[in-house]
Amino acid sequence: MIISSRMFCARSGAVFFACMFSLLMLGSAMTHAESQIDIYPFADEAEERRYKGLIEEFRCPKCLNTNLAGSDAPIAKDLRGTVYRLQVEEGYSDQQIRDYLRARYGDFVLYDPPFSAQTWYIWLTPVGLGILALALLARLLGRARKQKPVALSDADRGRIAALLEEK
Amino acid sequence: MSRASLFVPLGIFISILALGYVGFSLDARNQLPSALLGKPFPEFSATSLLRPDVKITKAELLGRPVLVNVWATWCPTCKSEHEQLMRIAATTDVLMVGVDYKDTPERAIQWLEQYGNPYDYVLDDRDGSLGIELGVYGAPETFLLNASGEVVYKRVGDINVRIWENELLPRFQALEIAMRGQSGAGR
Repeated sequence: MIISSRMFCARSGAVFFACMFSLLMLGSAMTHAESQIDIYPFADEAEERRYKGLIEEFRCPKCLNTNLAGSDAPIAKDLRGTVYRLQVEEGYSDQQIRDYLRARYGDFVLYDPPFSAQTWYIWLTPVGLGILALALLARLLGRARKQKPVALSDADRGRIAALLEEK
Repeated sequence: MSRASLFVPLGIFISILALGYVGFSLDARNQLPSALLGKPFPEFSATSLLRPDVKITKAELLGRPVLVNVWATWCPTCKSEHEQLMRIAATTDVLMVGVDYKDTPERAIQWLEQYGNPYDYVLDDRDGSLGIELGVYGAPETFLLNASGEVVYKRVGDINVRIWENELLPRFQALEIAMRGQSGAGR
């Protein structure tokens, strides 16, 4: 009985967590939704999906933590227009659009810093932390393996029995 | 557990503080490095604000140091830097080019009549397309070009006395010296 109630507790904890997590995701999905709706005609749905994917991909240069799709800034609106023009009117490929924006606004718009003298630590810090974590884990496991069970004397056993009886 | 390991949390805390201290004291966190730095200023053809029948192209900007200033009447910071631009125009012979960025031409013309016109050329960029070519994401922004039309410096934000004296003037003087050296060698 005790065991089953404990299981229930654990499960309800998981349910609670799952519930909160999905609420959180829903909340962020809602704020992520396009805050500005531009009306552009597209030949078909695939074209429109491609456009939406592209404006999701690029970062707004004015507002540092928002992409082009999610920003109200006038420059983001202009750049959405530029992406539309390049894609639909000029027939650029995705990579050509990326290169176009990068040539004007730098690596910043791509959310994808290149590996360079200025950015190496962004790339290497997670690797370093991972190695550190593995080393710590190995050390702890090694220590745990070295521990040996202690032999109990008859006196110890008697005391344990007495303590358990008391309960 | 050794005594020393008790200090690990303190060490972590201090390194977080250090990261914050360095991170927050970095100048101009909101300024993007210009993708144009060290590269040729893009080719363009723009209408003159004050003479709408005249087209201005990059060819007009070659041959001497140029200050390209992106401004607009809707931009309060542009108003505050205007006086400094007037001073620069009066005291140097740098070629001053204004890009009237996403603005109403009538208002811009009125602004120049009212506060004075520091520019040798004013380009009408009412739809912001030249701005996108330049990687502009706000106003004011200012570029310094050398005589062969390459961007040597970009400033996002106002040109004040401090920026002029510490950042722009030394570069401008270096460009002038380089130019004089070249023309001297040519003679």
